[in-house]
Amino acid sequence: MTRSKFAASTALATGLIVLAGAASAQEIRFMCYSDGNECEVYDDVLTRFEAENDGVDVIVDVVPYQAILENLPVQLAAGTGPDLAKVTDLGGLNEYYLDLTPYVDATAWEEAFGGTLDWYRGGPDDAGIYGMHSQLTITGAFVNATLFEQAGVEMPGEDATWEDWAEASRAVAEATDTPFPMAIDRSGHRVAGPAISYGAALFGEDGTPTLSDDGFAAFVAQFVAWNEDGTMARDVWAGQGGATYQDAAQEFINGELVFYYSGSWQVGRMDEQVGDFFDWQVVGSPCGPAGACSGMPGGAGIVGFEQTDHPEIVAAVIDFLAQPEIYAEVTSRTRNLPAHLGVGDMVEYQDVSDPAAAALTAFAADLPDVAPAAFAYQGYAGNRAMFGITVERVSQAIVGELSVEDAVGRMADDLAAAMAETQ
Amino acid sequence: MLSLISPLMRIVEIPMLALQRLLGMNKLAWVFLAPNLVLFGLFAFLPVILNFSYATTGGDNVLLADRPDVGLRNFVQLTDCTNHFDPNSCREDKFWRAVWNTTWFVTLQVGFMVGFSLLTALILNRDIRARGFFRAVFFFPVLLSPVVVALIWKWILQREGVLNAFLDWTGAGGINWLVDAGWAFAWSVFISVWAHMGFYTLILLAGLQAIPRDVYEAAIMDRASPWRSLTRITLPLLAPTMLVVLVLALIKGVQTFDEVYAFTGGGPGTATTFIIQYIYERGFAGAPRLFGLAAAASLLVALVLILLTLVQLWLNRRNVDG
Repeated sequence: MTRSKFAASTALATGLIVLAGAASAQEIRFMCYSDGNECEVYDDVLTRFEAENDGVDVIVDVVPYQAILENLPVQLAAGTGPDLAKVTDLGGLNEYYLDLTPYVDATAWEEAFGGTLDWYRGGPDDAGIYGMHSQLTITGAFVNATLFEQAGVEMPGEDATWEDWAEASRAVAEATDTPFPMAIDRSGHRVAGPAISYGAALFGEDGTPTLSDDGFAAFVAQFVAWNEDGTMARDVWAGQGGATYQDAAQEFINGELVFYYSGSWQVGRMDEQVGDFFDWQVVGSPCGPAGACSGMPGGAGIVGFEQTDHPEIVAAVIDFLAQPEIYAEVTSRTRNLPAHLGVGDMVEYQDVSDPAAAALTAFAADLPDVAPAAFAYQGYAGNRAMFGITVERVSQAIVGELSVEDAVGRMADDLAAAMAETQ
Repeated sequence: MLSLISPLMRIVEIPMLALQRLLGMNKLAWVFLAPNLVLFGLFAFLPVILNFSYATTGGDNVLLADRPDVGLRNFVQLTDCTNHFDPNSCREDKFWRAVWNTTWFVTLQVGFMVGFSLLTALILNRDIRARGFFRAVFFFPVLLSPVVVALIWKWILQREGVLNAFLDWTGAGGINWLVDAGWAFAWSVFISVWAHMGFYTLILLAGLQAIPRDVYEAAIMDRASPWRSLTRITLPLLAPTMLVVLVLALIKGVQTFDEVYAFTGGGPGTATTFIIQYIYERGFAGAPRLFGLAAAASLLVALVLILLTLVQLWLNRRNVDG
């Protein structure tokens, strides 16, 4: 055999092996976004799944959160979506979900994830298993304890109200020359907890969603007033248009904010970026005039999509991630609250500072205070539309384009129109 | 090379001759046009037809087959107002806010754009020192991506940005530029003019250089003042170029989206929300995704752009004839 024939045969054989390998490899694409290091950790643990499942290649496509909100639904509607994804519009994408029931131990899943499974379902009659709630979150407040100490202002106690915190934060900001007393993330989800504490029911007696009851209107009026008088950081809600999400974490990290209402997913960021710059702590959700002291539950989950060519593998990947030891490891490494009811004792947060550990404990302790309306709102498939409407109209009221009454009236009209379009 | 091509041409020639005999000389033209027509139809006509179809459907499904026919309901919803000058009286108030924002923006932006571009072109057309350098300086922003332009100015104008740091240093005190509706709108106009002026300056500069020098020499011999030369020679002879600049700037102004969206997000409130952002948010960013309403709004914008183009064509023809 001449050298050239040998080279050609080798190249051909190599090509055939590569082609055969490519043909036998089952490629699964996982669209993932991170609040902290979630996708990195998933990528790492999924190498173990690949090792256990010869020929399966799980590719973790890390995308910005905006891509999950805006691009993924369009891709799914066009039939070009990934095989699985980490999502936050839990019920809203239900029509595209792969029902995992035939592939997993349904009883074990029901025991492990309980009520969070409902958040992924299409309605009360739907008993399918669609998603693994990968990180349970709860909204709550972070406070800059150092500023309170410097100002000599006592921190409000456990059952303090929003008004108590507003007064204390204003006093601290004034004494320490801090630009912003308070801030709430620009998100309809974030203001839902305070609104419930002000008496918002969010659903009528017949289960119809509403954004215009007296409680909701009372909170909107108070929130707009706080933005006008400088209690709330006006930049957060007025500095953006549309329903664009905006947090105030950077202001808090920079020590420019006394009281920051966000959620448990920010703990990792605070832990890493605040360091020993100042002391911070989590104080949960203040109480409102209606008596409730509710935050909003939420979080993200991993779902498979019906349009996948490999439903068994997709289900196997999600089931792998739902195994208690894997779930506990991911939760520990990502510093999230677990939604898996069977891993409570197994979660050991790694490389976590004392304030972060205390913060996670404080958020977990706040879960019992979450009002039933908050759970119902989180589980409502149309909640993303409601969140968007809230942000747009409240922002308009803050900048003076609409009065509070008009804003609330517009919210009711927008919600009715949105419901009519989706029915 | 020819020896290589000729046999290939002969291979093609045989079926083409057969086709010509079969179809005749005139119809053969369609065969040559077919590839282009297919591409044009696929990427230009089909989207237009789809846009019309979506505009007459409702719901939030992407696939046309799953969307209910609603006739002209989307157009009615967009135009239903007690007083079109007061967005609060409109059913789709955000659409009308966007319409009026766009109208004001285009009026101011195009006015400043044409004015400054003309002034810059006139200066750069003179025999000044480092003319090449200044031409490059004015053209440079055109090369930047709109998002880069937006981010640069956002860093300058944000609460703790460069401008406020400077104002603080001078003792004047900072202003929260992007949270105040008036300032945010004004800066949006300024940034848009800054980013695109170089392009229009270049067109006007080419127009200025096309004016014959002997006309100016004759004016000098007649002892015409510089102002008279400008108003009686330069501007009239530059009018056709100015018209092109005006219409291009108008069309681009109506289409403004990326820069301002990255700069202010359309806020505060809806202060810098323009019509294309409204369409984007209705169709793609919001929930539910109202493709029908977005498509109807985009058709209304297309109508405005067609009208502007017709005006340009009419004015062009008048210039040529006149």
